Amino acid sequence: MDKKVLIIGGGPAGIETAYSLALQDVKVVMIEKDANVCGNIQNWEKLFPDFKDAEEVRKILSQKLNHPNIEVITNTEIKNLYPQGNLWFAKNDDERIFEANAALLATGFEVFDAKRKEELGYGIYDNVITSADFEKMYKSRKILTAEGRVPQRIAFLNCVGSRDEKVGNHYCSRVCCINAVKQAIEFKELVPDAKAYCFYMDMRMAGQFYEELYRKSQEKYGVTYIRGRTSEAAVTRDNRIQIKAEDTLSALPMKMTVDLLVLMVGIEASAGTTLLSEQNDVLGLYGFAKPLGLYSEDNMTTKPGLFLAGTCKRPLTLPETLADARSAATDIIKYLKTTK
Amino acid sequence: MKNWGFKISKPRVLDFDTANLDAYNRLIEKVPSAHRCLMCGACTATCTANLHTTFNFRNCHLMFRRGQFEGLAEELDKCMLCGKCKLVCPRGVNTRAIIYNLRIVLSDLNYKKIEL
Ligand SMILES: Cc1cc2nc3c(=O)[nH]c(=O)nc-3n(C[C@H](O)[C@H](O)[C@H](O)COP(=O)(O)OP(=O)(O)OC[C@H]3O[C@@H](n4cnc5c(N)ncnc54)[C@H](O)[C@@H]3O)c2cc1C
Ligand code: SF4
Ligand code: SF4
Ligand code: SF4
Repeated sequence: MDKKVLIIGGGPAGIETAYSLALQDVKVVMIEKDANVCGNIQNWEKLFPDFKDAEEVRKILSQKLNHPNIEVITNTEIKNLYPQGNLWFAKNDDERIFEANAALLATGFEVFDAKRKEELGYGIYDNVITSADFEKMYKSRKILTAEGRVPQRIAFLNCVGSRDEKVGNHYCSRVCCINAVKQAIEFKELVPDAKAYCFYMDMRMAGQFYEELYRKSQEKYGVTYIRGRTSEAAVTRDNRIQIKAEDTLSALPMKMTVDLLVLMVGIEASAGTTLLSEQNDVLGLYGFAKPLGLYSEDNMTTKPGLFLAGTCKRPLTLPETLADARSAATDIIKYLKTTK
Repeated sequence: MKNWGFKISKPRVLDFDTANLDAYNRLIEKVPSAHRCLMCGACTATCTANLHTTFNFRNCHLMFRRGQFEGLAEELDKCMLCGKCKLVCPRGVNTRAIIYNLRIVLSDLNYKKIEL
């Protein structure tokens, strides 16, 4: 096919769509703002729910980009995306213009900036970290306090930046409950004698094998789950963190001092997602891009030739993102075949 | 009659068939956001009154929802109406208005009269 598709964003969604299109003889130009491809999964060490080495997945995805029909352009942030006639154009700050027959938005997400929940002390107290920081620490298989001590007590707080009217995010981020279960297990494997707690409002274990992992974390690793939202964190004299919550199941207010507090940060639309959606009148709720419909139109938009894949639409896990990307490719090919 | 040593005690179950669940509608009329409460307990966690008393705002709200009014008015008296709970609520529930209006509704139901 003598047609070209522009893909904005070189994360899992962008790569998987690019490869599916390339296999069907469509030319692809994939534009990524960072120096490297793979998006947010560059920051994860092992993946839930099967503890797969994220590096293996990154390798597989990166290899797909070797297909001769795919051109990858990195270090290029698209600031402008617009149609003209039947063609789509994308521009960066240097006014470099890319042109194609269709465009795919695969600009993904950013993790919630935990500093916005000031009462939880991120960026203020040394021993408050985020789940993304945990991943970085876990690369060296060492989870330590700021003082370099092995934590004897760790707490994971769910729903930080999600399901919270105070930060304007009513939605559930989908990945953080299971991520807390995963990280609690990883911690307990490193420090079996330590205590690990997880504070939740609802444990959302709807994915395949999630409930089993949750069960295993209790049965095999003794992780303790407490139903209550933490209202605030404070520092103690010895630089530990004291948190306050209600143990709603016993209906008693509680406090607990921990060596390390991990905030399970949620998923927010990336700046690029919001900007490019807005330019094309496809901005949905909370800054995410809005698909044409929920069912068979989930990869299309109101703009002919503009398609969506992955977390630029809403929070998704990696397998969900990849499936969504392949489905986007199907719609794009259908469109290319029926348009001049 | 022979005394077998048994006595009849008040049932302890929450009986949804006989409990007064309609009183909650009166609260909702005044404070629609009460519906949104997901019982996360952040309000209770942050409340200063519960440090020194048995007061638990979330639990009072839940008990009222379930039509359990005994002793509630006395509990609610422990609230200082400071509004700290409102600051932490993830669902934007007007907690203070709930407390205020619960006292009125309970008073109308003849649980501890208050003068307004
Ligand atoms: C803490 C955390 C842990 C997670 N762990 C797991 C896990 O263990 N297992 C799992 O299945 N899922 C996990 N996920 C979810 C997973 O990260 C996502 O499903 C996946 O990254 C989504 O891919 P994407 O391509 O949609 O978006 P992204 O990964 O966000 O990629 C988007 C890409 O677009 C680029 N981009 C953005 N704007 C522009 C622009 N204007 N111009 C050019 N390029 C642009 C970005 O730089 C980025 O490379 C986790 C999520 C979080 C928050
Ligand atoms: S997945 Fe769990 S932690 Fe994340 S927002 Fe949803 S309920 Fe909260
Ligand atoms: S903080 Fe809000 S949602 Fe949570 S229990 Fe209190 S009133 Fe309900
Ligand atoms: S308003 Fe009442 S319930 Fe809320 S924090 Fe203050 S004392 Fe506690």
